[in-house]
Amino acid sequence: MRHLLSTRDLSRDDAIGILDVAEDMADVARRAVPKLPTLQGRTVANLFFEDSTRTRLSFEAAAKRLSADVITLSAKGSSVQKGEGLKDTVQTIAAMGVDAVVIRHGASGAARTLADGGWIDAAVVNAGDGTHEHPTQGLLDAYTMRKARHGDASRGRDLEGIRVVIVGDILHSRVARSNVWLLKTLGADVTLVAPATLLPTGVGTWPVTVMHDLDDALAAKPDVVMMLRIQSERMHAAFFPNEREYSREWGLDDARFSRLGPDTMVMHPGPMIRGLEISAAAADSARSLVLDQVTNGVSIRMAVLYLVLTGAAA
Amino acid sequence: MSILLSGVTLPDGSRADLGIRDGVFVAPGDLTGATVIDGDGLRALPGLVDLHTHLREPGFEQSETVLTGSRAAAAGGFTAVHAMANTSPVQDTAGVVEQVASLGEQHGYVTVRPVGAVTIGLAGERLSEIGAMARSRAAVRVFSDDGKCVHDALLMRRALEYVKTFDGVVAQHAQEPRLTEGAQMNESALASELGLVGWPAVAEEAIIARDVLLAQGAGARLHVCHVSTAGSVDVVRWAKARGIAVTAEVTPHHLLLTEDEASGYDARFKVNPPLRRREDVEALRAALADGTIDIVATDHAPHPVESKEAAWAEASFGMVGLESALSIVQHTMVDTGLLDWAGVARVLSTAPAAIGRVTGYDAPLAVGAPAHVTLVDPAATRTFGVEHLRGRSVNSPYLGRELPGRVVATVHRGVPTVLDGELRDPDAVAAEGEAARG
Repeated sequence: MRHLLSTRDLSRDDAIGILDVAEDMADVARRAVPKLPTLQGRTVANLFFEDSTRTRLSFEAAAKRLSADVITLSAKGSSVQKGEGLKDTVQTIAAMGVDAVVIRHGASGAARTLADGGWIDAAVVNAGDGTHEHPTQGLLDAYTMRKARHGDASRGRDLEGIRVVIVGDILHSRVARSNVWLLKTLGADVTLVAPATLLPTGVGTWPVTVMHDLDDALAAKPDVVMMLRIQSERMHAAFFPNEREYSREWGLDDARFSRLGPDTMVMHPGPMIRGLEISAAAADSARSLVLDQVTNGVSIRMAVLYLVLTGAAA
Repeated sequence: MSILLSGVTLPDGSRADLGIRDGVFVAPGDLTGATVIDGDGLRALPGLVDLHTHLREPGFEQSETVLTGSRAAAAGGFTAVHAMANTSPVQDTAGVVEQVASLGEQHGYVTVRPVGAVTIGLAGERLSEIGAMARSRAAVRVFSDDGKCVHDALLMRRALEYVKTFDGVVAQHAQEPRLTEGAQMNESALASELGLVGWPAVAEEAIIARDVLLAQGAGARLHVCHVSTAGSVDVVRWAKARGIAVTAEVTPHHLLLTEDEASGYDARFKVNPPLRRREDVEALRAALADGTIDIVATDHAPHPVESKEAAWAEASFGMVGLESALSIVQHTMVDTGLLDWAGVARVLSTAPAAIGRVTGYDAPLAVGAPAHVTLVDPAATRTFGVEHLRGRSVNSPYLGRELPGRVVATVHRGVPTVLDGELRDPDAVAAEGEAARG
């Protein structure tokens, strides 16, 4: 694999291949010394033009477990704030000798522009670009669902028959996009639930079912309920009236949570806003896979770094 | 200086010799010792007139200057351009428009007609000195805040009424600002997939609908810049049927390219208004063919390399178009059978000249008229490359494309600016232009 830019252009075999490598990586984490020498002498640059703590730390942990060296650039206080453009920043970092660039950027397509621009030779891993995609999040979510469903027999399997409901701000969510494309490729059924203001134009052409009423969607007893973060600044732009109404209509509150099936998985890409899109009881319940998602994120990112840096087929 | 264009094919398809002496067309028989240009196989068009050009001077000379933009225009077959007002300082006073016009005069490649800003600093708050610009030596007749929409309805109404006083026209950049906050490309399923903020068609169509009604009430002329959607075409068609004095333009890129070009995030295809759907392209071509859209205008918008070598959302809007416009019109309209060459002469010369009140274009190629003429070889094809760009910037969306047609010669006021497909030396053009003015 040369780069990882999106889940949209991953084939079923590619996707399952990445998930299976991640299984191997998860096994490493259970060893006495959870570290492999595989990427010794290779350098991974984490370029975070947009603030992020969890994704940056997850990539750092992944690279270090594979014995790669890691250099990190965060936008705050960097040359980026002094007006340096993407091209110059990236070329400067690449000139220091970098084998892979992990990029988080506020502009959709930034990772693709980097990969296509001919500016650098390094492998490019998209760690979230604007409202376009967040492919490692999609992969770790798929991994988490597969693991919860199939346990140790996960290798080689897809998500056929798993019904996933994704709730919230689909319009601005790169996580939703990466999940929609990947889950579909893996055979899952996806339902999106949101007010019409928070659904993208043309969502009718996506391979999903679209609903507005969360209670109707939950009545069908889905296997997975994935709640998306809702940003409070959205209500100032008239996407919804206020937090109270949002929470009442589209929040996973205690009453809705209590009606879920016993095996329903509750997921959230984080950071969660308890009391708004998800209640504390739902977030902390045994059915919540939120911390599994974080753990699995490291395995997925190890797999992706391994694949792009060794050029191995997924 | 005398020139004989021998055996050219006129827009109507007939063959003729054209004589030029002292800046005007003369009967070929009256010429002695003329320079002869063999016009066999070449189509003669009246000199092309662009109603929508960004020359960037003063203020943004790293992108374009009056000289470099004039050369790009001449290379594309143009003999007159309208220089948009979004310079720095803004063309909102008599002083600035006179400076731009006189630079154009001095260089001599094309007639540079400055466009005056409707509002001071393009800020959309107070009217600029429209009367002073109209009465200046630049004799401004086209007023526009292009790049920004005159979105305040009362201000737009006043502008239409006030500009009418000076036989001018308001050229509106129709873009409702609130509906297009942060907009990056056409609002569509593709934009949603790419995660780019959509620019909805209604933001253009609603402003045009409002403005044609304001123009009707004011009894004033309205020109709509770069119409880009099928819905806008419907509104303009409806307004014309009601007898409203509205004219409309389409750019070459909106006649050819669709939003699909955005899918690789190549910012050369980022433009405002954005590239639209295939259905919009088809509607725009049909509207240009049936006269609902009056003219083609380039919206030539030069930008330095660094402002396009960037993530899509951080890149500038706009593309250069002067050097390629005629080829794109031939490709999309003539070669498809939608428009004949007489139609091309209308949409790229006589009609824009009439809207801009540019004199000397109402009797094209006729004896006694100013000698503005373009010779094009429609049978030529070329792989369009940076070597065909003659301005200062290279942000063309057509690089690497096979395009038909080639401008062989351009004559501005009797002075050849392009011969054998090559731009002539600036000093020669300037000197001959000065001599011709007397």
